[in-house]
Amino acid sequence: MMEGINAKYVSQKISKTRWRPVSSSSLQQPDIFATGSWDNEDNKISIWSIGENGISGLDDEFEGDPQLVCEHKHNGDVLDLQFLDQDRIVTASSTGAVIIFRHHHNSQTLSVSQLWERAHHYPCDNAPCTGIVCNSPEIVTVGEDGRIILFRADQEGVLRTIENADSSTIHDVTFLRTTEILTVNSIGQLKIWDFRQQGNEPSQILSLTGDRVPLHCVDRHPNQQHIVATGGQDGMLCIWDVRQGNMPFSLMEAHSAEMWEVHFHPSNPDHLFSCSEDGSLLHWETSSNSDTPSFLQGGRNTSIVSRSAIAPAGGNQSLISSWLTGDSSKGRLETTHMLPSQTLSVNSLDVLGQCLVCGTDGEAIYVNRRVPI
Amino acid sequence: MEEVDVEPTTTPIPGFDSNQKHLGFVWGPGDILVYETIYKASGGSAGGCPFVHEVRKDEDIYSPILRKLFNESHHIFVGLQRIREDLPSKNKKPQFVSISKNYRSVIRACMEELQQVAVSTQDAAMATQYGNQVSILLAVELIWNLCEVLFIDAAPAGSLVLHLLDWVRLHKADVDEKAREVLASESPAEHQAYWDVVISYVLQGRMDEARQVLVKQAALQPAARVMFKLLDNLLMKMPIFNPGETQTLTEFDVKWRHWREEVDHCLQDQSFASNRHLEDICKILVGDEDVLLEYKELLSTWYHFLVTRLLFSHPTVKPTELHYYAQSSMHMFLDTRSVPEPLDSILLAAFEFDIHQVIKDCSIALNNWWFVGHLTDLLDHCKLLQSHNLHFGSNLREFLLLEYASGLFTHHSLWQLAVDYFDHCPEFGRVYLELQIERVPLDTERKALKVIRICEQRQMTEQVRSICKIMAKKALRNNRLGSALSWSIRAKDAAFATLISERFLQDYCAKGTFSDLDLIDNLGPAMLLSDRLTFLGKYREFHRLYGEKRFSDAAKLLLSLMTAKIAPHSFWMTLLTDALPLLEQKEVIFSADQTHELMFCLEELTSGKSVPTPDKPMQVLATVHTALRASLARVKQLFTLH
Repeated sequence: MMEGINAKYVSQKISKTRWRPVSSSSLQQPDIFATGSWDNEDNKISIWSIGENGISGLDDEFEGDPQLVCEHKHNGDVLDLQFLDQDRIVTASSTGAVIIFRHHHNSQTLSVSQLWERAHHYPCDNAPCTGIVCNSPEIVTVGEDGRIILFRADQEGVLRTIENADSSTIHDVTFLRTTEILTVNSIGQLKIWDFRQQGNEPSQILSLTGDRVPLHCVDRHPNQQHIVATGGQDGMLCIWDVRQGNMPFSLMEAHSAEMWEVHFHPSNPDHLFSCSEDGSLLHWETSSNSDTPSFLQGGRNTSIVSRSAIAPAGGNQSLISSWLTGDSSKGRLETTHMLPSQTLSVNSLDVLGQCLVCGTDGEAIYVNRRVPI
Repeated sequence: MEEVDVEPTTTPIPGFDSNQKHLGFVWGPGDILVYETIYKASGGSAGGCPFVHEVRKDEDIYSPILRKLFNESHHIFVGLQRIREDLPSKNKKPQFVSISKNYRSVIRACMEELQQVAVSTQDAAMATQYGNQVSILLAVELIWNLCEVLFIDAAPAGSLVLHLLDWVRLHKADVDEKAREVLASESPAEHQAYWDVVISYVLQGRMDEARQVLVKQAALQPAARVMFKLLDNLLMKMPIFNPGETQTLTEFDVKWRHWREEVDHCLQDQSFASNRHLEDICKILVGDEDVLLEYKELLSTWYHFLVTRLLFSHPTVKPTELHYYAQSSMHMFLDTRSVPEPLDSILLAAFEFDIHQVIKDCSIALNNWWFVGHLTDLLDHCKLLQSHNLHFGSNLREFLLLEYASGLFTHHSLWQLAVDYFDHCPEFGRVYLELQIERVPLDTERKALKVIRICEQRQMTEQVRSICKIMAKKALRNNRLGSALSWSIRAKDAAFATLISERFLQDYCAKGTFSDLDLIDNLGPAMLLSDRLTFLGKYREFHRLYGEKRFSDAAKLLLSLMTAKIAPHSFWMTLLTDALPLLEQKEVIFSADQTHELMFCLEELTSGKSVPTPDKPMQVLATVHTALRASLARVKQLFTLH
């Protein structure tokens, strides 16, 4: 699991890494990823290539080093980065700006295609934009100013702003449906917003009944729109069913410091990845290989399990997510460290196909092309 | 105070004429701020100049390629510190050697990259700068490698010469290039560099390669076949000490002397008299110093000369004897008039096993503490440094690491690396960190969170509080009450939480409604952080209960807020006014006891224990008073009816 994962030192602290999407029909592994830097006097976004896509089955020990394809100056820290499509990247800046970069494949250069300066702002100071989620051509951003802003790429103005959506910083946002988003904030709340409704109130608020631990990241299950995973300041991984209300389904101790990103694997959602300030990157694997669907095997939260048992035994198992058994002590959850040794904070990770990329505060990028999924 | 051994460098300040004006300056953490004063050199004063110049000594930390060196070596450094102390030292030596090799490979990688950039760049000034950096790294790696051989690996007699040979071969790579060129040519034996290649191989003790190249010449001169065969035989039979075998040093020595006698015999016999080159090779094999010196150009350095000398004259040299040969080699090789370069004195000090001199000379010669810091740390782990008391009370290793880390801390991005270095300086590291960490600029919440995490992990509670307070105040200034509260909770700062609650309550009094209900409604256990915050939460709950028409619960809560002294006195008026609608309900909400308590509170309010606020005139108090009496009457009525 750890072979073929080497550090590439890049002289900039990496705040975000993202694979360029590959078309779902092709079986190709991703070969291009983008990174954003932070805490530099001159920050950059860069595009890297991991070379020719290996002929599958080649038992090649020597993994190609990521090669820099092109880069562009970025004003402010890159606090979030998403691919809008094959050619365009949206970034969130610590100056409060939202920027769209276009990658020109012929000349292999990057240029600024659109800029919304001070999209997030305070009356006097700058307010960093902290999170982006895209559903081309729509872009939703959130920031320290507690605003939620809806843009459309290629349209100059702002489509809609939810002012004062939150009295604390919104750290991350994800789509639940095409018209619904979920945000997490620094007082530990998950809020669901429905764009079909006017007004500035969330349609639902969820939070842990205990301490108000700030939440830093959220990701939705690729197939099941009601399941999200969150991670926060205390390094705990929570899996929620947003239909169920105020209690997360599972709470697992993951890291010893802030969890910065959490991702379900897009095509194999029994696998989840998280990375943290404590320098570790974890690969979570939940298995539901037994004959009896896991939810019927019993566990601590039997009452909750029976509520979610909407399919008859032996019925369509895809409706029940194996994440919702809430009983990690039964050994059906395996966790592995993906990095060979302790590093400085792992700020970001992305996983697509069999490829994993992550960036650290030690100014290194790690690429693993053989993630066991 | 030690004397300065070298002349300090002068840096001219652009636009400044020292004959005209006096210069003022102030020290910074890694630089000097310099400005032109109004005072003239000749006395008197004149108009000032608006510029302030920043003079920085260490350019290296801003070089993108060298940055990789700092990051990678940080990784190695941290790994080294984690090696457990309790392992016996014989198990640790291979680990230390391996770590030393890691450091060196990092230097080499950096050097190669710099070399590529130096060659490809268009800018002449940059090319020179890169070239300089490459030569410095070359020298650094050379010194480190020698230190590894002599101090860390500490090879004993026998292996010592072999390791030194490796060292020389690694740093004289042009031989292979020349050889490739010669062998690739049409007629290698007639190439002008042919004999240079053969002799170079012999000088480096690479007999097999020398023989392979010699074969080409032998093929050209069939008449001299016997002679070539003889030399080939001698080269092949040269004994090389093998530390793995059971052969002892003495046995090897005997074998070697025997072989040397054989070579000498050939020389006396004039067997190679007809071919000058072959005769020279033979003379080299017996260690003839005059002949060696004839090939100065091929040797190119005095330390190559030294190692070759040792190989052919004293292959069983002991480490303690090295310095004698080193000094004599240097004298023989170098021009007596030329001044030894810093690199030469450093290498000589290493051969003399004077570690402290090596470190001292390197510190002076280089403008960055990186090399001496890491090398000294590694040597300290090998237990090679005696405790050397400096004026400042800490030991040499710690001093150098502190200097290095302080330099790192001035960098806008590399400061994070410095934290780990401070962690491993037991005496002063913590103090340095405490002072420096508060100066890191906090532009975003994310950066502040990282800094706080660093402080929390080291139980620096003061710094945590101060950073949280800065962030909370910033949030408050921008009216982000939720963020401000979140920071106060992190710092467990009850005072600030009280401040935030006051803000909320002020807002309520001003506007009549609560802002940021999502925060107040969901305070959770954080409510207990401060009394005022608890009051805020409970007060909001009262409003909610009233809104849900749960009047008796609301009433109970309202009363408890006053009687339990959670509500601030300044708010009592508002609370009593809030009680009015409850009192005026058709059904009786407050029991007799409760009503009495309310009256008591009212009396306390009016009796002067707390001054009624001017915007709540006496009339309101009177209304409340009346309502209370009415309520009491109704309650009594209820009782009498039953």
